[in-house]
Amino acid sequence: MSGNAAAIAEAGAPAPTPGRGIRRIRVPQKLRNLELFLLVIVCAVNAFAVVLVQFGALGAADIGTIITLGAGLSVLVIGMHIALRFVATNADPFILPIAALLNGIGIAMIYRIDIAENLTGWESTAVRQVVWTGLAVAIAIIVILVIRNHRVLQRYTYVAMLVAAILLLLPMLPGIGQEIYGARVWIHIGAFSFQPGEVAKIALAVFFAGYLVSRRDSLSMVGRTVLGMRFPRARDLGPILVLWALSMSIIIFQRDLGTALLYFGLFVVMIYVATGRASWVVLGVGLFLAGAVIAGQVLVYVNDRFTNWLDAFNPDIYNADGGSYQLVQGLFGLANGGLIGTGLGQGRPDITPLAQSDYIIASIGEELGLAGMFAILALYLLFIARGFRISFAGQDDFGRLLGVGLSFTVALQCFIVIGGVTRVIPLTGLTTPFLAAGGSSLVANWIIVALLLRLSDTVRNQPRLVI
Amino acid sequence: MTRELKRVTVVVILMFATLLVSTTIIQFFQAGNLADDARNARTIYASYDTERGPILVDGQPIAVSVPTTDEFKYQRTYPQGALYSAVTGYYTLGQGSSQLEQAMNDYLSGTSNSQFLDYLNRLVTGQNPQGASIETTIDPVVQQAAYDALGDQQGAVIAIEPSTGKILAMVSKPDYDPNALAVHDSQQVLDTYETLLGADGDPLINKTINDLNPPGSTFKIVTTAAALQNAGLGIDHTEPNLARLPLPGSDSTVSNSGGGTCGGGDTTTIQTAFVLSCNIPMAELGMEIGEGALGDMAKAFGFGTDLSVPMDVSQSVYPRGLDDAQVALSAFGQGSDVATPIQIAMLSAAVANGGKLMTPTLVDEIRAPDLSVLQSFEAKEFSTPLTSVTASTLSQLMVEAVESGAATNARIDGVSVAGKTGTAENGEGDPYTLWFTGFAPADNPRVAVAVVVENGGGLGQSGSGNQVAAPIAQRVLEAVLSK
Repeated sequence: MSGNAAAIAEAGAPAPTPGRGIRRIRVPQKLRNLELFLLVIVCAVNAFAVVLVQFGALGAADIGTIITLGAGLSVLVIGMHIALRFVATNADPFILPIAALLNGIGIAMIYRIDIAENLTGWESTAVRQVVWTGLAVAIAIIVILVIRNHRVLQRYTYVAMLVAAILLLLPMLPGIGQEIYGARVWIHIGAFSFQPGEVAKIALAVFFAGYLVSRRDSLSMVGRTVLGMRFPRARDLGPILVLWALSMSIIIFQRDLGTALLYFGLFVVMIYVATGRASWVVLGVGLFLAGAVIAGQVLVYVNDRFTNWLDAFNPDIYNADGGSYQLVQGLFGLANGGLIGTGLGQGRPDITPLAQSDYIIASIGEELGLAGMFAILALYLLFIARGFRISFAGQDDFGRLLGVGLSFTVALQCFIVIGGVTRVIPLTGLTTPFLAAGGSSLVANWIIVALLLRLSDTVRNQPRLVI
Repeated sequence: MTRELKRVTVVVILMFATLLVSTTIIQFFQAGNLADDARNARTIYASYDTERGPILVDGQPIAVSVPTTDEFKYQRTYPQGALYSAVTGYYTLGQGSSQLEQAMNDYLSGTSNSQFLDYLNRLVTGQNPQGASIETTIDPVVQQAAYDALGDQQGAVIAIEPSTGKILAMVSKPDYDPNALAVHDSQQVLDTYETLLGADGDPLINKTINDLNPPGSTFKIVTTAAALQNAGLGIDHTEPNLARLPLPGSDSTVSNSGGGTCGGGDTTTIQTAFVLSCNIPMAELGMEIGEGALGDMAKAFGFGTDLSVPMDVSQSVYPRGLDDAQVALSAFGQGSDVATPIQIAMLSAAVANGGKLMTPTLVDEIRAPDLSVLQSFEAKEFSTPLTSVTASTLSQLMVEAVESGAATNARIDGVSVAGKTGTAENGEGDPYTLWFTGFAPADNPRVAVAVVVENGGGLGQSGSGNQVAAPIAQRVLEAVLSK
């Protein structure tokens, strides 16, 4: 593997002095070339999606917008690709193209809703989404440039915890905290609004990975066996109870079911992977269900979510304030799409409230049909699979845990959102990763991309390093 | 750790499998149900994306979709306005549709089975879907004559070609302008719709096919046919000629419209009773031949049978399980008898066509957007209620009624017109329902017609079918004959 040698050389490892320069020139970066090839296709698909939206909704192409929306994203991801050629030669070649494709389809869809709602210029959500994408990809590039070895993160386990805590508390601060659609998960500084909880999930994943690697022996070895399953000692229940309390306070104070479920699910999966004890899963699911049932009894908004879910088509609930109108309209949209969709720009996704953000998946389902939905779900699954691959192949437990944690947040977030839209579970307000309009979500998910790329690069270098 | 990772992988795959299943259920299996939900605005919008096919009369559109610049792409317009409201019906945003717009919706919207390949082809080539055109059987001259002749009366006129069943004119009043319901402002549509719904005389109801009235003396065609054919009696069969007939088992009596006897003498014949439209001999005749014979004949003419033209026609009713008094009343179209104008026109049409009743229809031809014929008119037999002998006897009686009997206002110079009037009672003090049905020319019938004027024609209980309805029919018959 001559590619590895080059990477080592880049990483500053000593290499035989003669021929070092020659080797660097000769080494073909096969993975990066594959990535570039895929990126070119992805950029073409993204630009084509914008063109289709224009022909579908406007009946004519508008070159300026195609350049802003299509080329903007392309330049950025190619920039990231170039950075990878220098600092993460062996990173996974599929992660970046998949993220870029999802991001690009999202922009095209957001632009489509802009057209329906007559938003142009800086009013246009699509333009803002491109700007946010720029910022997100730039941050991702910085992450991959700065963090040359993911194990550095393990040193900052408790810093990560602190960061997560601060990010979660920010929206509660008077002055900058803001309540939108009943959920208090936003901060507002000047013209900027940001959902810190999105980024907090990364800090939490880092914290969980670091904490569980160091504590997993005590969390897995001792305890009492009940019904053939070994349960942890009472005093080791601390962490899961703290997390449970955190999730419950998010439900109670920030009124955000989805985020609570996301954090708690992340923790349960990571502690299970770290300890190998299924009892943690049983405990975790039990705790969360108990909490959710109690919240459903006590908190009106949680109860409403359940009612909307179970009895969506009841006219009283449909017409109620905060009722199932959005859910049902989303279903109508999906049904309107049918098997092959109405075609980009030719459906009526704008009838559904929040068609650009929480409901972007219903918008896509309407215009690209069941076929498009399957393609999107397949892209997510492939993305997650690449992340899991890192965990399967990794050598260090911290990296493996972090890889599974980051990938699983994407998986769980998809499930919570799409499952909510398609009535598998009650609807909660989360963003669909990469697709939905929203800066915080983009930044967070692109950081995940950067971290997974970094992890995958390290994994591929490891065998050589071990030998 | 690898074992745990594998399990988590399985969980993730299951999560995504769930999403694949849930989206498939919604987008494939439930898609139809969701599209049919009344709250689904997308279905309405989608229906406007199609260039809905036109409805034509003699090649000229009476309903047509023209391109607009608003979000609905096409505006449905009715160039002739109210004249054809009973034929086209309306097509609204949010309040549904009616008449041909509703009955032929599959073809007009391009979603009928026979247009499926065309639909697929347009889908693949990216062309906007386009509906088929419906050429109606309506004759514009006859329609206009019927519309003008009925004037401001509340009622209906229907004209049928007896040999084919083609409907030549269909007028229902009060009418309305379907353009007012075709606007793209759902609130305005709702307001107009509710105004029309609450308006006097129910303008939204097509009275030719969906309005039931007691048929009165027009039903004597059925009674006489039953007597001649089912009971084997001749037109010279006699009945006691009374000025007042007490009904068995009841305090009520039946009288003739003039108040006296039916012609002179102690007895009277079926012929006299029919021509002069006497109630007492018909009541006697009815009791003599019985409910079975009457009911069978009524059924053969179409009473109690489903029919679509292609709009669904309300069933006319000849009740069963009657006592003698009720049979007596039913024999001259009172009691619980009710009939639609099209049913009464079908009585004349059957007599006119030698006893063979053709299925009435409004649709002459359906053409795809590429002008290929999807369906063309085929005359279909509905039933054969009469033998040709009975038909010809009845025809003679009806001619006599117009020439010298109770239907003289339908006379046309130089043409022999066959006809029968009806002046039906609706209840004590209520205005009469005035009828005429007939056909012309009697020897070679080209058109059968039924006219109903409700609300007594504005004359309360003093009007008669001959006075009000017959002249209207006469003008419609003339319109056909002068072609």
